[in-house]
Amino acid sequence: MLAGSLVTLGIVFGALSIGLIFGLFFAVLQVYGKAWQAALVGIYVFLFRGFPIIVLLFLGYGFFVALGLPANPFMISCVVLGCTSTAYQSQIFRGAIMSLRAGQFKAARALGMTDWQAIRYIIIPQALRLSIPGWSNEYSILLKDSAICFVLGTQDIMAKTSFAAARTHEHLALYAAAGLIYFILTLVVVKLLSRLENKLHIPGFTQANGDNNL
Amino acid sequence: MTHASPVLDVRHIKFKVGVRTILDDCSLTLNKGELKVLIGPSGAGKSTFLQCINFLQIPDSGEIFLEGEQITTNNVKQLCSYRSKVGMIFQDFKLFDHLTALDNVAIALRKVRKYTASAAKDRAMQELERVNLGDKTELYPAQLSGGQKQRVAFARALAMDPIVLLLDEPTSALDPELVGEVLQVIRDLAAHGMTMIMATHQMDFIRAISTEIIFMEQGRIIEQDSPANLLAPNCESRTKQFYNTLQSV
Repeated sequence: MLAGSLVTLGIVFGALSIGLIFGLFFAVLQVYGKAWQAALVGIYVFLFRGFPIIVLLFLGYGFFVALGLPANPFMISCVVLGCTSTAYQSQIFRGAIMSLRAGQFKAARALGMTDWQAIRYIIIPQALRLSIPGWSNEYSILLKDSAICFVLGTQDIMAKTSFAAARTHEHLALYAAAGLIYFILTLVVVKLLSRLENKLHIPGFTQANGDNNL
Repeated sequence: MTHASPVLDVRHIKFKVGVRTILDDCSLTLNKGELKVLIGPSGAGKSTFLQCINFLQIPDSGEIFLEGEQITTNNVKQLCSYRSKVGMIFQDFKLFDHLTALDNVAIALRKVRKYTASAAKDRAMQELERVNLGDKTELYPAQLSGGQKQRVAFARALAMDPIVLLLDEPTSALDPELVGEVLQVIRDLAAHGMTMIMATHQMDFIRAISTEIIFMEQGRIIEQDSPANLLAPNCESRTKQFYNTLQSV
């Protein structure tokens, strides 16, 4: 089950990275892009938020086979979860960008920055800080969504557990252990992100944890 | 560059939002060292006019020349270079919230002017000292008072060595006791010959240092003359009437 944990973490971090890169890009397009670019992103987001992951996994498998790519379950799981995570993360980042104080972009332009420089140096550093709580949520959801990837034959925690359970009939103990592993993986990373949030805390701009006296 | 030609020449700016006309044929010229002041009731279009001048709002028609060169919006490189030479001070400061006072000033030096990190830092330090904030360089915007934030905004704009400075009601968002420190910065700039256009309601200040008053109402420039003429005791200008209204509050 330890090997399974590594596979699970591999899928989750692969998918999160894909989602981070494309999610940021899509969020920027949606907020600052042309109308047709924003519309395309909107359609993408609706599609991937509207389909159950298990359907997308089988579709992804179908696409890999149709395109003649090696039907490696690990790769397919990464890509499919990455695509869904892109949809969700783009909305986390879009929300963060929209919640920035009006005028940050304008002030950057007024100094002679190009739109790209303004986004890169002013908007994204602020938006990422504000995204950490939402991102931590996305991680914990994605981690547990990844449990469904065993339907493709991925050798993750679930696959190893069900294999062992079928052989030993120790269902209760084994699935309790699997649950515990997911729980610990969630806890550790969420705590780490929360520390990161504190570390990147800026007085008056973002709030430190335990410092939100309303 | 002949001596007589204006530094900034803004011609026939029109700007509409839907069917509403916000600016109707507004023109102005600025010669080196002049401080022209935009006044008028709220909604007159002063802010929009200033934002059109550096294309933060794109005018529907009109022409803008900086030192004789016409600026167009379809040349991104020219537009960015123009904006970097025309400084802007906003009513609500618009400091970058995630950067210290020092980095607020340094970032455009590094990314737009391509200074090295250490050269940008030195220059930023120098500008902050000039507005008496040498001891606040490591503080974030949220840790500064309104007057200090606006002075950082001045340092940020001045670090770019602007040819012209646009000021959009720079003291309107400040507590009354903080207005003085910001006006002092503007007074020093004027004394050093900075070319400026400022929207403001500080009438006594206008009287003392502006070279010309431009009175706007409903998107049009309706009066344009020296403060001495427009505010003369026996003058019946619209500006004078507006001045009296402000005084009687």
